[in-house]
Amino acid sequence: MIEVRNLSKYFRDKKRGEIRAVDDVSFRCLPGQIYGLLGANGAGKTTTLRMLATILQPTGGTAVVSGHDIVEHPEKVRADVGFLSTATALYPRLTARELVQYFGRLNGLDDAILKARVDKIFDRLDMNGFRDRRCDKLSTGMKQKTSIARTLVHDPAVMIFDEPTLGLDIMTARTITSFIRECRDLGKTVIFSTHIMSEVEKLCDVIGIIQNGKLLAEGSLQQLREKYGEQDLEEIFVKVVAPHYVPSEDH
Amino acid sequence: MSLRNVGIVYRKELTEALRDRRTLVSSILIPLFLFPILTFGIGYAFVEIAGEATREPSKIMILGGEDSPDVVKDLRVARNLRVVRRSADYVDLISDKKIRAAVDIPPGFQAGIMRGDHPEVKIYIFKDDLKSMLGASRIEKLFTEYRDAMVRARLASENLPESLMKPFDIDQQNVVSDEKVAGESYGGLITYLVILMCMTGAMYPAMDLTAGEKERGTMETILSSPIGRTHLVFGKFLVVLTASLATATLSVISMGGSFAILSRFARDQSMGEGFPMLTMHPKTVLAVFIMALPVAVLFSAVLMTISLFAKTFKEAQSYLTPMTFVVIVPAIAAVLPGIELTSKLALVPILNVSLLCKELVTGTYHWNYIALIFFCTCLYAGVALFLAVKMFQRESVLFSS
Repeated sequence: MIEVRNLSKYFRDKKRGEIRAVDDVSFRCLPGQIYGLLGANGAGKTTTLRMLATILQPTGGTAVVSGHDIVEHPEKVRADVGFLSTATALYPRLTARELVQYFGRLNGLDDAILKARVDKIFDRLDMNGFRDRRCDKLSTGMKQKTSIARTLVHDPAVMIFDEPTLGLDIMTARTITSFIRECRDLGKTVIFSTHIMSEVEKLCDVIGIIQNGKLLAEGSLQQLREKYGEQDLEEIFVKVVAPHYVPSEDH
Repeated sequence: MSLRNVGIVYRKELTEALRDRRTLVSSILIPLFLFPILTFGIGYAFVEIAGEATREPSKIMILGGEDSPDVVKDLRVARNLRVVRRSADYVDLISDKKIRAAVDIPPGFQAGIMRGDHPEVKIYIFKDDLKSMLGASRIEKLFTEYRDAMVRARLASENLPESLMKPFDIDQQNVVSDEKVAGESYGGLITYLVILMCMTGAMYPAMDLTAGEKERGTMETILSSPIGRTHLVFGKFLVVLTASLATATLSVISMGGSFAILSRFARDQSMGEGFPMLTMHPKTVLAVFIMALPVAVLFSAVLMTISLFAKTFKEAQSYLTPMTFVVIVPAIAAVLPGIELTSKLALVPILNVSLLCKELVTGTYHWNYIALIFFCTCLYAGVALFLAVKMFQRESVLFSS
């Protein structure tokens, strides 16, 4: 479970002054559901998710992730979160197995449990063919599987995906989307950000539309369709965002 | 502070460092092979050049001397001199190193001596040119022998004892142990080397573990794991420190080995005279390393903090290159003769350790300075380490974009 309360993040920029990357955002994600954060580039998706993963500290507000406050107990939050984004690369000089073991150890798993866990994950994701190959020698698909194994090794209750399919080919992207679905079926709380409408339509139980750091609309696909009188998610998105749209300088 | 977490990070970072070619080359291969190559290269060249110069007769020119056949004959028959034909452009010939020296014998030289005049022989040379100096000293030696023989003959003709010429002798004797002599000759160099190598060894891992981590996109991955940032910094820092000390140790071993072999070689070539043996007690080596420890801590922390500001490995390199000079200058200053440890200099980082270690190598232990400098350097190192930890907490540094 994730409960976001008035979360804000401001950055200082020499030229533009104060930037409100995330501005007083509140929402809630429940276990066994996928929450999709939909927004253009620079809308505040990444900053929000990085704060939930406690990689960044909020300027104001807070969130409770899996029962722990992100400001008070960031280490406990991270121990129960799996975080995956296109920016979370792998250590090139470690083998797939060493990498997953490293993150298992950082999560406090002892060697016996770690071995059993790693064997199980490698079997399930069909990774035994390249378990002892260095990460810099892996194909994109193999890298994605290794990243998935990394996020799963400590069996977290909450999964955070930040644009996980960005720049991936269709087959690799499908590995990720089916993995996201699997997480939901296992009863995990899943939040993921994207700007790809079809992914949201296919995957999300709840959709939040974010622009300029503000959460502008929220609800299931059905609820949004009824509220804005449009069938197509892209039309809904444009209707929500257009009045607030300022071309972003970010990215 | 959880040692387990620091240990996990340390083991992983060390594994990666040992698989990185750049780190291996800079921290292990260079210190191991640079010194033997340098020592033998320079040593061999020196022995060869010096040997060639001593074997080869010096080309010289005689100016005047037509009425002094005895000395001219001595010069001509001398085995280590070769007299060339006289010409007016001897200055150019010396400048162009075509001849090594010219000796100017004044008219009526031999007759003048007999009369009791005080004639003067001039030797024209190329100052500070090794072969020219050698030629001149050969000529001078010949004239000195000629003069001594003449004095002896005169004393004998007057029935006076030979000791009148030299009423007493002077003898310089070394009263200091070989260890101190070697320390005086090489102490500064060894210290300089240890300090420089502490820096060189720390450099690549420091960049790789900070800017490299950002560049490869693994910073976000590691920050999303439950490890605390302080543990992460300490784990990384210890790897940089390990590399720093390993490089320094390897280079001292490799340099000690090269010197030992070289001095044996020099002795075999019967050139051992005046070539101080590099002998250092294990106690001294240990003392130097204990003093180098806080310096290595200081370097590791400073280099890590600076490279953390860079987004890429290359950017980090351009930040650290000026740092090399900041370190080299005080280290060199300590090698210069005449600079001695004072309580003010004892507060200057790097220079203080450099000066102190130079004394340690000669076997002198000023305990008050040792305590002061060790404490000072630990303090600087602690501040640097604190800064590194602080920087790792700053989002603007970790996610600079």
